[in-house]
Amino acid sequence: MITLEKRPEPSKHWTYLTPFVAIALTMIVGGAMFGMMGVDPFEAIRTIFWDPIFNTQFASYTRPQLLVKAGPLILIAIGLSLGFKAGIWNIGAEGQYIIGAVCGAAAGLAFYPSDSIFIFPLMLIFGMLGGWIWAMIPALLKTKLGTNEILVSLMLVYVAENILATAASGFLRNPDGRGFPGSRNFKEWDAAFNADIISGTGMHWGVLAAFIAVIAAYALMTKHLLGFQIRLSGEAPRAARFAGVNPSAMILICMGLSGALAGLAGIFEVTGPAGVVNIGFNAGYGFTAIIVAFLGRLNPIGILLAGLLMALTYIGGELTQLMLAMPAAAIQLFQGMLLFFLLAADVLVNFRIRFTSSAKGAA
Amino acid sequence: MEQPLLSLSGLTKAYPGVVANDDVGFHIGTGEIHALLGENGAGKSTLVKMIYGLVKPDRGEMVLNGSPFAPTKPSMARKSGVAMVFQHFSLFEALNVAENVALGMETPPPMRDLAKQIRDVSEKYGLPLDPDRTVGTLSVGERQRVEIIRCLLQNPKLLIMDEPTSVLTPQEVEVLFKTLNQLRAEGRSILYISHKLEEIRALCDNATILRGGKNVGTCIPAETTAREMAEMMVGSSFATPAAHNRAMGDVALQVSNLSLPAMDDFGTPLREVTLSLRKGEVLGIGGVAGNGQDELLLALSGERLAPAGSIAMNGQDISRIGTLARRKMGLLAAPEERLGHAAAPDMSLIENALLTGADRQNLSPKKIVNWRKARHFAEDVIRKFDVRTPGAHVAARALSGGNLQKFVVGREVLQNPDILIINQPTWGVDAAAAAAIRQALLDLAANGAAILVISQDLDELLEISDNFAALNEGRLSAARKVSDLDMEQIGLMMGGMEGAAA
Repeated sequence: MITLEKRPEPSKHWTYLTPFVAIALTMIVGGAMFGMMGVDPFEAIRTIFWDPIFNTQFASYTRPQLLVKAGPLILIAIGLSLGFKAGIWNIGAEGQYIIGAVCGAAAGLAFYPSDSIFIFPLMLIFGMLGGWIWAMIPALLKTKLGTNEILVSLMLVYVAENILATAASGFLRNPDGRGFPGSRNFKEWDAAFNADIISGTGMHWGVLAAFIAVIAAYALMTKHLLGFQIRLSGEAPRAARFAGVNPSAMILICMGLSGALAGLAGIFEVTGPAGVVNIGFNAGYGFTAIIVAFLGRLNPIGILLAGLLMALTYIGGELTQLMLAMPAAAIQLFQGMLLFFLLAADVLVNFRIRFTSSAKGAA
Repeated sequence: MEQPLLSLSGLTKAYPGVVANDDVGFHIGTGEIHALLGENGAGKSTLVKMIYGLVKPDRGEMVLNGSPFAPTKPSMARKSGVAMVFQHFSLFEALNVAENVALGMETPPPMRDLAKQIRDVSEKYGLPLDPDRTVGTLSVGERQRVEIIRCLLQNPKLLIMDEPTSVLTPQEVEVLFKTLNQLRAEGRSILYISHKLEEIRALCDNATILRGGKNVGTCIPAETTAREMAEMMVGSSFATPAAHNRAMGDVALQVSNLSLPAMDDFGTPLREVTLSLRKGEVLGIGGVAGNGQDELLLALSGERLAPAGSIAMNGQDISRIGTLARRKMGLLAAPEERLGHAAAPDMSLIENALLTGADRQNLSPKKIVNWRKARHFAEDVIRKFDVRTPGAHVAARALSGGNLQKFVVGREVLQNPDILIINQPTWGVDAAAAAAIRQALLDLAANGAAILVISQDLDELLEISDNFAALNEGRLSAARKVSDLDMEQIGLMMGGMEGAAA
């Protein structure tokens, strides 16, 4: 019989080991799933994890994509991790990301075709503001009316998607676009273009911002009193109150920060890799970032690595669609498995497994 | 007592990382009240759980009435004549007494017969109880009677009682003792778990003392002093707090007509609480648990704000300012619940030192945490309050209850409060450590701090307080000088009678 036994202290080494256990389990079960779909599992796994970086044929194209995809994931996940640490569940980063992109783009396009160097910074500020405001809605509803931030933030994603559709075909539509939906292409407007800092690497300003966010979050969580209060609120809410932490302020701060970072990721995306504000530019980064945050143990360095891994599965997933004709749903399932196995393996952090021979414990 | 009713020998039970019982053996004679003494974590609970069939021993044997006894579940133990009254009751508030009793029986008789049986037993043993009353309307003492009668209906040979008096007023304790003496006279045996030494001296025939899972000795309580027993429990001698004779200064804390609604369905509202606490004074607040103790602490610490004008510190209204500001002014608090309220379970002692020490110890100047300083502060607390831990980096939840309590109290005491509010300062702490904590509180008062101690341990309150008041259903009685009080009056105050008369 297998019994679970609570550890006196959370196991340090399992905390860091479980992501790898989860990755291994995902590969095994995912591989089995690919096998059942009639694809060689080894080839599929290799296509996802190896080919994007090392394939001689197309790695030169996919390698920069790694940073392009990891950038927004890390930026959003860093913001989410702060809230998750404090027990505040912002599930609507996708919506904040979209609204950030729409607001930032609108602010920039208002000055089109100015070539002022302030255009791009202005767009970034409005992108952050947009995400912040969108996150403030569930935050204020929670603090004032006690609503559940999980539901409200999630539902606001669908509102945001409709606003995006309206913007793309309405107030942000490219007047020179012959009636097609979608804004002007920022890649063709130098003052607003979020170009690669080093050309051909995928390292645009958003990726730099993500790296800065990682360092800032690390400093906040380890050195600053606010970081301590965030952790305290999540681990022992009553002790936090005893310590003098204001729970409402904590909600506003964490939701605000995660919303602002998601909005920032949104504006970096439309001014860079996406180029235009259009339906479907968002690609689900806001949701995938939740997986990234947990896969990274809500630890900034962990999130950096998890973001890169997740980006890899994105690119690898596209490759499997291309090379092995696998459906997109299969690769989404594969990514979902990663979170599932991580949560399951997490039991080992707080419990140890014991195999008992006798059939006792019937009471 | 030719043949003991129950003999235990070599009982051993190990859990991962700890041996809860190590080769424990003793006898309980027929018609004997046998005390089981020990600090928290000494292995008392594990031992009785083995006798009651809740835990299976790794080794060792039990003999009941001459035949081997190895219950694998409580129903088996009950069939053999062993009954147990737990410290925490398992009663359904919405059902009446008879229904609750019926739920605990394997084959309950028809309700009308059962009600009669309950009435008979309650009369016979002097435990007044109406079988038709809804349990939700009963006091804690009456609820305990339900549990006792539930056991007595099974006609047990051995009754196990786990800290039965911790929830009772002195008057209720007296009633209980009468019942227990009557049971003894009928030839029934009782295994009585407690750490209230005076009680054991008054009631029990023999005592077995456990320490660290081992049987460290037996004694006849009537012929042993409480101090000797306490020293056996902790394995060393300790000092009792020095007598106090302090000069009292001005009023430091004035609470006037403080009323606060209950926080939830299970809470107690505070009703027009009025008290004043002077510099150098120790005010003890007694009362049965759940009569507003937590609520009073939250209101005084600032975790719940009070109506304007109801709490004043040194003449300044602090009702509407929060925990941090009050702490800066010198009002510190230590809540009862250590894990989750006074301390964060998964955080290290260093982080827990920062939890309340941030401002007064200047551990985070300009909001940047000085971890080195925080560690020094934690280590200071650990050293001065003899907290047994491998180090300051250990998570709070890994400490035993008593050690964490020492840490929590030490953390506040070392911050030199002007006013200290403390709830259950020595709950679950061994006798030596409890004496040290009480001494620390007295030293603090001697240096001019005003101290408000909320506790359910009357002996403790009488030992360290200058004045005593009692909480009953959220009302606080007028404070009286401890030197003028006897147990009778205290009981009345706890029961709310005194408040009505004053």
